[in-house]
Amino acid sequence: MFDYLTSLLGDLNIIAYFIVPVPALLFVSIFTLFAVLAERKISAYMQDRYGPNRTGKGILQTVADMAKLIQKEFISPSHADRWLFELAPFIVFASVFMGYAVIPFATVYVGTDLNLGLFYFFAITSLSVIGILIAGWASHNKYTLIGAMRSAAQIVSYEIPAVLSALTVVMFAGTLSMQSIVVAQSGGIHNWYVFGGPGDVSRILMIPFMAASCLIFFIATLAETNRTPFDIPEGESEIVAGFNLEYSGMKFAFFFFAEYSQMFAVAAVLSTLFLGGWQSPFGNLIPVLNTPLFQIFWFLLKGLLIVYVQMWLRWTLPRLRVDQLMTMCWKYLIPITLIIVLIVGFYLVIR
Amino acid sequence: MMLENYVFYLFALVTIVSAFIVVFSKNIVHSAVALFFTLFSVSGFYVLLRADFIALTQILVYIGGILVLIIFGIMLTNKVTGAELKTRNLHFIPSVVVTGIITGMIIFLLLSTDWNPVKDPFSPNSTIKQIGFKLLGDYLLPFEIASVILLVALIGSAMYARKK
Repeated sequence: MFDYLTSLLGDLNIIAYFIVPVPALLFVSIFTLFAVLAERKISAYMQDRYGPNRTGKGILQTVADMAKLIQKEFISPSHADRWLFELAPFIVFASVFMGYAVIPFATVYVGTDLNLGLFYFFAITSLSVIGILIAGWASHNKYTLIGAMRSAAQIVSYEIPAVLSALTVVMFAGTLSMQSIVVAQSGGIHNWYVFGGPGDVSRILMIPFMAASCLIFFIATLAETNRTPFDIPEGESEIVAGFNLEYSGMKFAFFFFAEYSQMFAVAAVLSTLFLGGWQSPFGNLIPVLNTPLFQIFWFLLKGLLIVYVQMWLRWTLPRLRVDQLMTMCWKYLIPITLIIVLIVGFYLVIR
Repeated sequence: MMLENYVFYLFALVTIVSAFIVVFSKNIVHSAVALFFTLFSVSGFYVLLRADFIALTQILVYIGGILVLIIFGIMLTNKVTGAELKTRNLHFIPSVVVTGIITGMIIFLLLSTDWNPVKDPFSPNSTIKQIGFKLLGDYLLPFEIASVILLVALIGSAMYARKK
């Protein structure tokens, strides 16, 4: 997309730098509006309720909520650290949105196809921890501080199994570029890395390990987005609302915006790594399904299905305790992923 | 390219201003947050020098790791245990000597370096492949020794943190 725009604009190619992020930003805004609505409708369905059904049959409920949040007065606590309090929501959202720069929506739309795409994604999204810590500290409130501490400890811990399980795919593909990882999975559903990736018959042996790796990546990213069953940073019954307790109006909306953007970002990375990204599951059987428009369709379909599973888990599972959370990460997920990395390494050497 | 020059000056401005805040701020949390901007814009310099791997490692290690640890330390000591944090000048003469020597070394390096412009400023090659081959080939032994030292430090800190 960037190359096309620069060839179109010629000398004015500076403009291309500003145009390329716009579709991603638009997508994130629209996605957030409808994901919040979907979350409420899905939760209502799972708990045998109606959910929002008044504002335009319920469809416009989040639009109305957004309008309300924009009009709201922004209240900042008198003891808050003024500058840091204002700064925190923007750091959190900016770091999440910067991750979208390397997500390949289709062959024609990827912000930049970095050689180090996956590494960039993990590095840049880890910055949101700083924003959360600042938010918790600057609010000058015990609950927000505890929420920020819990959140930071959780995100830092669960980054390790997420990166290690992504490493198994990188070992198979031999590249960190997101676009190349997707291209390596071409040829149909049996070539996706969750089923061992392309190769000869011996890859059947790898199916259980790669499927486990996919599952661990999903669990770890679920914890990184602070969602149930890992939502102890905002455990309402213990610490009211966590690090964003003192925020109101649009500043609060920014934290919400960041959370939903990150939900789709990690779902997109999961589908890129394990589920073939924008590849059609039918491979080259039906060539029309591989055109750019269908690529975007497959990519969004996979991403939104994973987001649906995230919401489904949120409304069916109880919250973990702090010690259970850390036990699960350090005593189960990390050793298991290390063993999977070893096995994949052995397989790639003797294959 | 003009845009790169502007980006460089922007990063330079952010680095210098935030570094001044790190040193002169009376509030230690403000210093830590300013350090975030310093480290981030330094990684921007690495990108402009086409050292993409080092730039991202800078973000991952210094911001995602060390800075988070610093902020954790400050917040836990300050707000949770109630210990008072002081920001004032200690050991004036030794610090002047040490920083003087370091400044002299940097100025010497600046003056003695042969500042050739980069031959092919738009080379699209990634550095990670070469770095990988070097680390796991020519420099395997230093790499392994460094990782053993890190492991020893990890076990040692876990030992100290354990309840007696």
